[in-house]
Amino acid sequence: MSDATTLAFETDCHIFEGCGFPTPGLHSFLFKPMFTVGGIEFNKPILLALLSSVIVIGFFWAAFSKPKLIPGKLQMIGEAGYDFVRRGVVYETIGKREGEKYVPLMVSLFFFIWMMNIWSIIPLAQFPVTAIIAFPAGLAAIVYVLWVSITFKRHGFVGGFKNITAYDKSLGPVFPVVMLFEFLSNMLIRPFTHAVRLFANMFAGHVLLLIFTIASWYLLNGIGIAYASVSFVMVIVMTIFELFIQALQAYVFVLLSCSYIQGALAEHH
Amino acid sequence: MIALVPLAAEEIQNPLIPPIPELVIGLMAFAIVFGFFAWKFLPAINKVLEERREAIEGGMEAAEEARTEAQSVLEQYRAQLAEARHEAARLRQEALEQGTALKEELRAEGQRQREEIIAAGHAQIAADRKAASQALRQDVGKLATDLAGKLVGESLEDHARQSRTIDRFLSELEEKAEAAR
Repeated sequence: MSDATTLAFETDCHIFEGCGFPTPGLHSFLFKPMFTVGGIEFNKPILLALLSSVIVIGFFWAAFSKPKLIPGKLQMIGEAGYDFVRRGVVYETIGKREGEKYVPLMVSLFFFIWMMNIWSIIPLAQFPVTAIIAFPAGLAAIVYVLWVSITFKRHGFVGGFKNITAYDKSLGPVFPVVMLFEFLSNMLIRPFTHAVRLFANMFAGHVLLLIFTIASWYLLNGIGIAYASVSFVMVIVMTIFELFIQALQAYVFVLLSCSYIQGALAEHH
Repeated sequence: MIALVPLAAEEIQNPLIPPIPELVIGLMAFAIVFGFFAWKFLPAINKVLEERREAIEGGMEAAEEARTEAQSVLEQYRAQLAEARHEAARLRQEALEQGTALKEELRAEGQRQREEIIAAGHAQIAADRKAASQALRQDVGKLATDLAGKLVGESLEDHARQSRTIDRFLSELEEKAEAAR
């Protein structure tokens, strides 16, 4: 009973045996520290986050550290991924000339987030790191600080303020109200939704997977076996669906980051 | 399960409030990834991509050069071919002209020879006829003399005999001619 996520498998209790369905919930996202180093308690998500760094760096080390003019298989895959983010996201939103500077950030964001998401369906790990709000929040904060500073650097204090508040006198007397809304939307809601969009998607996906996985086990008794098999099919379907969502959410996060930076670089919205 | 619920309840906090250790370590983990990308992977791969682009462009330039050269060679070849065709046509024309002239010449020669042969034939015929008429004249003279001699030699009183003699002469003459044929 030490680890909440392994609850369903440890309880070893099935339907019709007088025990309730061990519903997954917020407790499924809490992990006991495994060990402590220098006052920091390392738990499963933290270890998976660090492992994500290692895997992303390891892959691109293998692919890009000794690049060749005629690429090998690994380099070709790496180049395809790199090109996807560079051309498909950064150049498309910010443009080639101004976007080039932000390519390393976006490429590393994309692959780091994607790897953290993928843990959701890797056996034994089976937990999306981004379902802990701290990880998407930290990354969203980086992007937030970046685009806000770009805005003020590019347009000066007054210009930057006008940019963020979508200053537009032609709107007539309502323009102060619009400015207030825009200010709140851009400065407060935007970073929040940026982080929560990723977090909530992975959180919900993990809960769905947990429900069907636990149900497959819990229903495995008597007539329940028929329902358990349906539930197990759902596990497989949801796993494939999650595989898609993991990449999509990483893409969306990076796309939004680029769009925020593009907005900061542009003259008024 | 029963033991877990109070345990979870006391630990559960708002899932939207980020725990600080995760935040810090997450940022660090990302910073490491970003560092590797920004200072190692992407410069390396960009260099190679640039080299590849140049190689491809260089290849294209070389291809362009080769194409131009091939074009010029083709032009040259076409010019030579046209010249050769022209020359061939000229030679053929010349040959045709020469052949025609030769044919004309041969025809004229044949005509001439034919005329010569015909002329020779005519001359021969004329000579033969002359010789024949000469011989005939002699023969006729002789025959006439013979006939006259015979007529004179026979008694002329009898007209019937006379005519008989003439008939005999003529039949003799016929026999002679028969034999001569």
